Amino acid sequence: MNFSFIKFRKIPLAWLLLTRQPLRLIVAIAGISFAGILMFMQLGFRDGLFDTSVTIHKLLDADLVLISPRSKSSISMSGFPKRRLIQTLALEDVEKTAPVNLTYLLWRNPENLKTRSILTLGFNPSDSLLLDDGFSRKADKLKNPGRVLFDKLSRPEFGPIEDWFLSEKKVETEVAGKRVLVEGLVELGPSFGADGNLITSRETYLRLFPANPKGSIEIGLVKLRSGSNPILVSEILKKSLPNDVRVLTKNQFIEFEKNYWKNSTAIGFIFSLGALMGFVVGCVVVYQILYSDVTDHLPEYATLLAMGYRLKSLFYVVAREGFLLALFGYLPAYFSGQILYSIVRNSTKLPIVMDANKTVLIFILILVMCMGSAGIAMRKLVDADPAEIF
Amino acid sequence: MRKAINKKDKNSKTVSINNLSHYYGINENKKKVLNNVNFFIEKGELVLLKGPSGCGKTTLLTLIGALRTCQSGDLMVLNNQLNGASRKTRQKLRRNIGMIFQGHNLLRCLTAEQNVQMGADLITNLTYLQRREVARKWLSAVGLEGHHKKLPNGLSGGQKQRVAIARALSANPKLLLADEPTSALDSVTGREIVSLLRKLAKEQDCSVLMVTHDPRISDMADRILNMEDGKIFNALSELR
Ligand SMILES: Nc1ncnc2c1ncn2[C@@H]1O[C@H](COP(=O)(O)OP(=O)(O)OP(=O)(O)O)[C@@H](O)[C@H]1O
Ligand SMILES: [Mg+2]
Repeated sequence: MNFSFIKFRKIPLAWLLLTRQPLRLIVAIAGISFAGILMFMQLGFRDGLFDTSVTIHKLLDADLVLISPRSKSSISMSGFPKRRLIQTLALEDVEKTAPVNLTYLLWRNPENLKTRSILTLGFNPSDSLLLDDGFSRKADKLKNPGRVLFDKLSRPEFGPIEDWFLSEKKVETEVAGKRVLVEGLVELGPSFGADGNLITSRETYLRLFPANPKGSIEIGLVKLRSGSNPILVSEILKKSLPNDVRVLTKNQFIEFEKNYWKNSTAIGFIFSLGALMGFVVGCVVVYQILYSDVTDHLPEYATLLAMGYRLKSLFYVVAREGFLLALFGYLPAYFSGQILYSIVRNSTKLPIVMDANKTVLIFILILVMCMGSAGIAMRKLVDADPAEIF
Repeated sequence: MRKAINKKDKNSKTVSINNLSHYYGINENKKKVLNNVNFFIEKGELVLLKGPSGCGKTTLLTLIGALRTCQSGDLMVLNNQLNGASRKTRQKLRRNIGMIFQGHNLLRCLTAEQNVQMGADLITNLTYLQRREVARKWLSAVGLEGHHKKLPNGLSGGQKQRVAIARALSANPKLLLADEPTSALDSVTGREIVSLLRKLAKEQDCSVLMVTHDPRISDMADRILNMEDGKIFNALSELR
């Protein structure tokens, strides 16, 4: 094993070709890294958007979700009769249900008194809304009218609510022109659709939003007994319930929201296009570098051919140069990506994270970029004619 | 001496050429550069090839070096018929032929030692360290012990040509082809290089065919071939 490694070890020609021209190598690495960073940012924003659009969806304590068939996404929810939710209790598998109202209301920043629209959820404080452990304790406080829980990850334009709240200051402001008291903080996070979130009791919700039709809710949460199959139960419910309501599993509900952003908006396309631009820029840079490398060294490559090296081994050298460039270019892109992600996270509170998906995908894209360019640059090698070097 | 050579069987000839002709261009531009060339090179012989510029010396060398396809005639090199030989055959044959060029043609990004090792790397049955040993040995043989870590840029013209010789010999070639290896050097260095080449080639029993204009090295040849207009005149003549 060790022996064969030593036997096949050769002069690292690709490495030396690259490193003996440090300036060109730096330019190449800078170009590839730039392309990589561009791709990381574009895909990061894209995934961040899709993820933030479902932060609340993911936290909901439910196996099945009922919505109106007219609802398109969380920013355009329609109501359906609350009765439908109660009807599901007829099924043995359904353990409990929770009606939820959802709309956008105007929040007044208590510091500068400007108003801004905030996503407001109304639910029964005795029901379980979120999977968060400490939440039910906070929910209890909503039983008094006019109390709200404020999402501390909301954008700062809503005011320094967290600071004021933690400094024992009584945080009082107006929602939809009516007085509310912040009774606690939750951690949900803004999305492209909502800059901030507010949770309150249905009672307070209806007081803040009296136009809500009686007996109408936007979301119905259904919790199943353990051991039930959500997909099976959802099929049964779909058949038994009238078509003024739509039954989704929790995952389908998450996909429903993501699909809205993917299909009904150009956001996915724009960010993918941005990533593609980075890819193209990278291709051009790598191709230029490798092509000029091959042209500069053509007589040397021809000499190697004259010595009895195969054209294939020369292709291999260029391919390895491409591979090395991919590695050298990817690493700085990855680390810069991490730094930029945290800057974006801190300034926009968007959950852009370096997940395995992007890490691998962008490495593959950079690899394809470098190896593809190497493949095109290789064609120039065919011009290396050993007969011409004497 | 000549009698002794003639008695040897055909296989002992490193190169044997019969009625070799070569053309450049096509149709009306077609030009005959080699015209019925006949000669041979014995094992271990050092042969000089002389002639005016443009008479076809380099063309002949590239044909023997399996760098060009042979068009007509018989061209036997190290027992391989090159007329009609495949690309693969020619590529493999080249591993047994050392070549030294007018320019040194060293790889700029490799040190002297690594350049030589590019030649030694063609010997497949040696390990990396053994091949490096071979490279070091040849560098010492050409008198460059202290210079193996230097890049070609840091070497003089004569030193570069020595590295090129070491590289050509490090793959244990049976035949060495050199095209005006001394033209870029002053005459003293040129003579030094050729005598070094001659000594090392003789030790390896390696035949040498060298194109040269330099009259001061004629005395080192076993034989001199004179070429004019694509023809070799005194193919069988013995010199000196
Ligand atoms: N690739 C080519 N295509 C067409 N004609 C060529 C080519 N190479 C050489 N020739 C022509 O063939 C003839 C022989 O060239 P060659 O290079 O073999 O001469 P040479 O004897 O080596 O000359 P020199 O001493 O100047 O190096 C010349 O007339 C040259 O112009
Ligand atoms: Mg010539």
